Amino acid sequence: MAQDLRYTKEHEWVRVEGDLATVGITDYAAQQLGDIVFVELPEIGRRLTQFGTVGVIESVKAVSDLFAPISGEVVESNSELAGSPELVNGDPFGKGWMLRVRIADRSQLDALLDQAAYEELTREA
Amino acid sequence: MAQAQSGLLATPLADRHVALGARMVEFAGWSMPVQYAGILDEHRAVRTRAGLFDLSHMGELYVEGTDAAKALGYALVSEPAALKVGRAHYSMICSPGGGVLDDLIVYRLGEERFMVVANASNAAAVSDALAERIEGFKVVLDDRSLATALVAIQGPLSLQVLAPLTDVAIADLRYYAIGDGHVAGVPALVARTGYTGEDGFEVFVEVASAGRVWDALMEAGRPAGVVPVGLGARDTLRLEAGMPLYGNELGPDTTPYEAGLGRVVKLGKEGDFVGRAALEKAESEGPRKKLVGLAVRGRGIARHGYELFAGDRRTGVVTSGTLSPTLGEPIAMAYAAPSDAEPGTILEVGIRDQRVPAEVVVLPFYRRAT
Repeated sequence: MAQDLRYTKEHEWVRVEGDLATVGITDYAAQQLGDIVFVELPEIGRRLTQFGTVGVIESVKAVSDLFAPISGEVVESNSELAGSPELVNGDPFGKGWMLRVRIADRSQLDALLDQAAYEELTREA
Repeated sequence: MAQAQSGLLATPLADRHVALGARMVEFAGWSMPVQYAGILDEHRAVRTRAGLFDLSHMGELYVEGTDAAKALGYALVSEPAALKVGRAHYSMICSPGGGVLDDLIVYRLGEERFMVVANASNAAAVSDALAERIEGFKVVLDDRSLATALVAIQGPLSLQVLAPLTDVAIADLRYYAIGDGHVAGVPALVARTGYTGEDGFEVFVEVASAGRVWDALMEAGRPAGVVPVGLGARDTLRLEAGMPLYGNELGPDTTPYEAGLGRVVKLGKEGDFVGRAALEKAESEGPRKKLVGLAVRGRGIARHGYELFAGDRRTGVVTSGTLSPTLGEPIAMAYAAPSDAEPGTILEVGIRDQRVPAEVVVLPFYRRAT
């Protein structure tokens, strides 16, 4: 699992670079979902609220919500996922990234889990 | 039958599934493998090589006696009397009101001996209904569901993998025919039937022999790339093949005619049968809804329960849907008003807060090459 990330309880990860946050779902989440066949992401410019539902990730058998780990404006979304949703399974922390968000309130990062806390969460599951 | 810790029934192959890394889920009171390597991989394996399925949860009901054919002709909508020994047909058991209680395959094992295979979710109900309906006929019902294991091999390489393991002449076995012999040295019935749209065989054995048959097929299939396949891929395979699933396309509020399966109902057969009056009426009045295939033309996956629209008017509901691994596009089956069911009609599926266009297409979505 990649370091210097923060996590939500719903298995999103966040990588902060300056005032931008890159968002995706973890390998644990991707494994739980199985083969991902469809990803629906919010449009550029949409303002997200921390922990709100912002998109959908569909596996063969099920529909799952994507939650925003942080409030802010969507500045980029991964257009590769439309044609290659399997990137999320294959490289969830890299090529399977989903969104880039301009962070509205950095203090919200404190509400997220750090590496150790996330590992414990998935260990308990 | 062994009982899994959770209170679910376990098939004789449960330990093997777990050892193979299967994700186990509850299905009809059984602990069953939903996937091993992954649904897409397993689906593609069946379409291009072959896959092994544990279907031991299904029901096997033997009906034997002088009146076996007559009794089944009364209990079911089809005409088992018309089957030659060693042949089978697809059938249904309906309520007196004409609704479907289960879809079945009826195999004729002898002049006076039939095996009825029912869905796991309905096995007990079918057993009870048959027991009731055969009363008065010279016939005995022997429910061997819990004593019978079923291993299926499905895919283009099925014949070459199974043939060396069996003394049943499977190369000569017609589609919907059944032979009696041995597989991997144990007594078995081998039927050329399946639920995937590929060539394949279903092997019925005593539960004590299931492991031996499974291991032999896995071993023999290894060089050919045969893999174990779970219920997840079983569902995507049958959906591509346009085959109905009880609980989705079929149920007590649906007649065979509405599901496009009127050919299964033999109104011309002699004598009364359960549901005759209601089905004659349904046939003459025409269906209230029609099962259609949908090819989703916009971005989104249509799923069970999503509403179907013709313009502003709600016309029906999606019964099954997924992303078709073979076609790479979303496909679905749905009920629509008969006037909206013509192939080529563009309807809309409600996917969350959007209306996504879907075209009515002729089933099946996939047909194998030969």
